[in-house]
Amino acid sequence: MSKLLLKGGKIIDPIQGSKAKAGEILIVDGKIAKLGENLAAEDAQVIDIEGKVVSPGLIDIHVHLREPGFEHKETIETGTKSAAKGGFTSVACMPNTDPVIDNQTLVEGLLSIAKRDGVVNVYPIGAITKGSQGKELAEIANMKEAGIVAISDDGHPVMNAEMMRLALDYSKDFDLTIVSHCEDKNLAGDGVVNQGYYSTITGLNPISSSSESVMVGREILLAEEAGAKVHIAHISTKESVDLVRQAKKRGVKVTCEVTPHHFTLTDELITSFDTNTKMNPPLRSAEDVAAIKEGLKDGTIDVIATDHAPHAEEEKDVEYNYAPFGIVGLETAVGLVITELVESGILTLEEAIAKLTINPAQVIGIDKGTLEVGKDADITIIDVDDKWEVKTEELVSKSKNTPFGGYELQGRAVMTIVGGKIVYSSDE
Amino acid sequence: MGLKSKDLLGLENITKSEIELILETAKTMKDILKRPIKKVPTLRGKLVVNLFYEPSTRTSSSFGLAAKSLSADTMNLSVKSSSVTKGESLVDTAKTLKALGADAVVIRHGIPGAAKLLAQTIDMPVLNAGDGAHEHPTQALLDMYTIKEKRGKIEGQKVAIVGDIKHSRVARSNIWGLTKLGAEVRLIGPSTLIPVGIEQMGVKVYNDLEAGIEGVDVINLLRIQRERQDKGFFPTIREYTKRYGLRREHLKLAKDDVTVMHPGPINRGIEISSDLAYGKEAVIEEQVTNGVAIRMSLLYLLLGGSRNE
Repeated sequence: MSKLLLKGGKIIDPIQGSKAKAGEILIVDGKIAKLGENLAAEDAQVIDIEGKVVSPGLIDIHVHLREPGFEHKETIETGTKSAAKGGFTSVACMPNTDPVIDNQTLVEGLLSIAKRDGVVNVYPIGAITKGSQGKELAEIANMKEAGIVAISDDGHPVMNAEMMRLALDYSKDFDLTIVSHCEDKNLAGDGVVNQGYYSTITGLNPISSSSESVMVGREILLAEEAGAKVHIAHISTKESVDLVRQAKKRGVKVTCEVTPHHFTLTDELITSFDTNTKMNPPLRSAEDVAAIKEGLKDGTIDVIATDHAPHAEEEKDVEYNYAPFGIVGLETAVGLVITELVESGILTLEEAIAKLTINPAQVIGIDKGTLEVGKDADITIIDVDDKWEVKTEELVSKSKNTPFGGYELQGRAVMTIVGGKIVYSSDE
Repeated sequence: MGLKSKDLLGLENITKSEIELILETAKTMKDILKRPIKKVPTLRGKLVVNLFYEPSTRTSSSFGLAAKSLSADTMNLSVKSSSVTKGESLVDTAKTLKALGADAVVIRHGIPGAAKLLAQTIDMPVLNAGDGAHEHPTQALLDMYTIKEKRGKIEGQKVAIVGDIKHSRVARSNIWGLTKLGAEVRLIGPSTLIPVGIEQMGVKVYNDLEAGIEGVDVINLLRIQRERQDKGFFPTIREYTKRYGLRREHLKLAKDDVTVMHPGPINRGIEISSDLAYGKEAVIEEQVTNGVAIRMSLLYLLLGGSRNE
């Protein structure tokens, strides 16, 4: 019997409604056995975490682990190590690998690699349509049986509205959430950056806000009609936030997420022509960032997810148009949340943790995101005061494509525990 | 004094006094071009590479002639490149050029920021001969030189730029340069070809040609490309020409001594009528000559002159 006792931390578990309180956690055989003060250590290994915050293990429902097919960018092993260092105990990975994860066998294969190489929990997201081609539905029920937690054609939005309507109708039989990458491909065209003053002066091809919001509106209306659940991935415009806000008021089963870069950075950065400012959706205007923060504050935005999108150095070290979209995000997320949202007073620490734990767990329907007795001992210990500089060479992800190199951030995970096992510790 | 940067990437990030220095130096260069022996030994032994990722006859030969007039050696590298048929990457090509002993690189590329990427990769001067829809600083400088030569000054001049502003690097560089030197810039074109937020660059936008050219000193016409019609920016060339093609009858709305410019190559009968293209108001051929002088000026300032470190 393995026992671990965490002493001296401040527990923040949003679902238990507790304010930060001093307490101890006893972990026995990978489960949370006891919460309370002055627990007897007995034969447990004692870890003193004086002054640190104890959070349910963080959950990132939007990552690209790239395996199979793009192992030069990331593997399940390196991606989950990156997750562990960033404080994430569970990740949901997008199916846009090669091959696209669109059938039961591939889901099983992915899970077996994850079991072998993964250091955190890996939850596959299956494709909506075969090959994410948008033409015919993938075998969603079979994939669900094999272990998928949601379906998405991330990166290849389902342009045919009837196909999306069918997918919503079909997936509700299994209570499966559709994660929609909202982008009208005709409106986005060959755009690479947000449409506005900065696309104009750089001459880079623009992506309009409407290319996102038109699809957010479509998904909401289709989900409303079908009575199905839809989760809007990486929301980035003020119009999209407003559409979700109004839909929630009507009782539509819609949730949404935002990435740390979309609440931190604006499109002004593209004037550097640094390809690490190229992501999809693109960095938006200051006005959009303000609306995103408002949406986080009023609860319109449920989840913070990274859209961790590793790309190799040679792929990004090219002309702007040739570079692939996306940046890595797992190892900078906690620092950005605390620096940009908590320290600036937009969210309380408890609200921020909810958007990184219980809320994402509920979106994909997994029994995670809380420290209740009896649950899996997935725990993240966070030093909310630690000030640190992002050094790209220190990232453990296989790829280093981040625009945050050199940023001074406050707060980071100092220990990550998955199923009672310490998978990352900053002391090591 | 000289130029602050080792490169000329655009007019957004250079100062008014740097622009004035380039224009002033170009005047000396133009004098050289008028001599019977159009050559000085200033850059003897230097190698200037023309690295062109887009086809260009005019700009490439203008740079080549400018380098030769200063006695530099030149080498032309035309690279066919697209995202589909990727050859050697720009960064790797840059390193090769350095190893070959190039002293400066002139780059034309279809993607915004490509000149900057090159300039970051190598420590020699990089001259941007057009990067996507971003900037084409030498064209703007020669346009400004021509305006100054024709009209005596740039400050206070009302300059209308007509046509496809959205895809035009010439327009962007002209806006930066002209506004820095105190000109009033107007943009004229259909809304589909006016990029979002361009008013923030300090210009006025008109969708009506006649309203836009009222009282202007200079009309600069941009080449309209047929492929824009295919993408639906306007229905037909015929309709575009009817609304924005400059004809003689329009000129009465502008200043009496209006100057008509065009960066070339012109589509006669489309953005400009034939009689205007060859009319007394047009300075299209002088622009070509001035282009050589401007490029000599820049090669001299970046390669031969003393640069402020």
